[in-house]
Amino acid sequence: MARHDHELVRLSAAALAEKLTSGEISAVEATDAHLDRIAAVDEEVHAFLHTAPELSRRTAAAIDERRRAGEALHPLAGVPIAIKDVIVTNDMPTTSGSKILEGWVPPYDATVMTKLRAAGLVPIGKTNMDEFAMGSTTEHSAYGPTHNPWDLERIPGGSGGGSAAAVASFEAPLALGSDTGGSIRQPAHVTGTVGVKPTYGGVSRYGAIALASSLDQIGPVSRTVLDSALLHDVIGGHDPRDSTSLTDGWPSMAEAVRRADVKGLKIGVVKELDGDGFQAGVLERFREALDLLAANGAEIVDVSLPSLEYAIAAYYLIMPAEASSNLAKFDSVRFGLRVNPPGGGTVEDVMAATREVGFGAEAKRRIILGTYALSAGYYDAYYGSAQKVRTLVQRDFAAAFAGVDVLASPTAPTTAFKLGSNEGDPMAMYLNDIATIPANLAGIPGISLPVGLAREDGLPVGIQFLAPAREDVRLYGVGGALERMLEDKWGHTLISLAPDLAPGEMAAAQEGAV
Amino acid sequence: MSEITQEQVAHLANLARIALTPHEIESLTNELGSIVDNVAKVSEVATADVPATSHPIPLQNVYRDDVPGTTLTTEQALAGAPDHDGSRFRVTAILGEEQ
Repeated sequence: MARHDHELVRLSAAALAEKLTSGEISAVEATDAHLDRIAAVDEEVHAFLHTAPELSRRTAAAIDERRRAGEALHPLAGVPIAIKDVIVTNDMPTTSGSKILEGWVPPYDATVMTKLRAAGLVPIGKTNMDEFAMGSTTEHSAYGPTHNPWDLERIPGGSGGGSAAAVASFEAPLALGSDTGGSIRQPAHVTGTVGVKPTYGGVSRYGAIALASSLDQIGPVSRTVLDSALLHDVIGGHDPRDSTSLTDGWPSMAEAVRRADVKGLKIGVVKELDGDGFQAGVLERFREALDLLAANGAEIVDVSLPSLEYAIAAYYLIMPAEASSNLAKFDSVRFGLRVNPPGGGTVEDVMAATREVGFGAEAKRRIILGTYALSAGYYDAYYGSAQKVRTLVQRDFAAAFAGVDVLASPTAPTTAFKLGSNEGDPMAMYLNDIATIPANLAGIPGISLPVGLAREDGLPVGIQFLAPAREDVRLYGVGGALERMLEDKWGHTLISLAPDLAPGEMAAAQEGAV
Repeated sequence: MSEITQEQVAHLANLARIALTPHEIESLTNELGSIVDNVAKVSEVATADVPATSHPIPLQNVYRDDVPGTTLTTEQALAGAPDHDGSRFRVTAILGEEQ
């Protein structure tokens, strides 16, 4: 809490940016502080798969040099950022959490990386994830799970558990994530942080290793709504290298946070996501947040999304179908692992041996399921029907948004569960994604932000808001306003309640400042 | 229960080019059966009058000018390859003996 306020790593990106702009601190100091924090806590948290301290320091030093020379820099120049390992970086290895890409250094940068570098942000490492973003816990990472900073025995969410844990444990103020069925929002929910899935096509996917191309979206991860908005403004916009990239001009998300107000806002509560199957403490905090919004002038109404019960089924056909196709590129020829079977064999034998060794169990499960869904004789019943359900889900949202500005639900049914507790039952795990998946099917934007700790276990709870396609700005408005109301009520941020992971280091830092 | 058999999973694994072990085929057969039972309900509401959606926000005719763009150099393209001869990717035999 207040005793840590002086520490650089506890500052929001916006606050850090102010100190950088004013010259109070240098980019090298900001980078070193976060690298030190990673060194102190990441053995326990395991948010990072790769860091490159010298590279990051050189990047930061170059920013300091430009600032000294009087160059007008982007407000976020010099702020460190963690990068989910699904995003290709031309100066750090990129594995997407898989053994099949171990050690691969891509020959190009994702568009979001080009934009980050142009704005002067300092990449400080690649974060852990479920293999190829297939999972909700990081337990499917080929490099071992990430641990939730609130309770190291619990899941940090997934697939982007590394990015969420990195910001939650003060290893970085910002991170990039990717969200195919909730991989940004659900980790935010279980780690008491903020994550945004933009409108499909709002942020370029060029250089994001594809899981399911019609569902994937890159987005910001942070500890505050404003920080996500600032990052969204950097990475958003049209990219000719992504044929699904929208050509729209986008308003400033950061401005939407700064003028946030919910007076007169109509919020629809999704009744299918407000009862059965949801933990009592999750619902309690969710409803308290709605009461607070209502007390501040928002109008709360019930809405129904009747096709929701079919959404998970459709998702678990469309996603594996697209994944089985996208993962065909890992063929032992152009990049990544090659395993030669005993006694040699044809190139097809080499491919099959490579993919057997290089893919983990969940990747194999989804590839086989997707291959099945696309097989002749099954295509119409499964993949074809799933695409029709997608239409029904879109119609549900269109009907709901005809009467309300945004929709609200808990981000996920439960708080963080214990690592290892859902092993061996893939379908039970898939059902946890009920609240987040519909947005990906419909292409609409969503945000998760913390609304408190569940009474029964003291773990973070998130609220999700959804908006119509292209209306990301509404999420930042309602999210920014709710965050301010909650922090005024509490008198502190939620993340300040997270346990100290390295008390020795914290105490030393405190002494140094006194 | 769905009708998924071990032979079917072995066939799918062959199509997907994954050399699954017999143990993996056995466990995947059970898991896939359970998953397919759960996802098959999409056909309950996917009636003939509902159009399919392949893409959440469809765009048409996304073209660029037909001029050379920035591409990787040969060295860059080969940099991550398991094996190459300096200008091409190198693989083992394309055809087996029986072919």
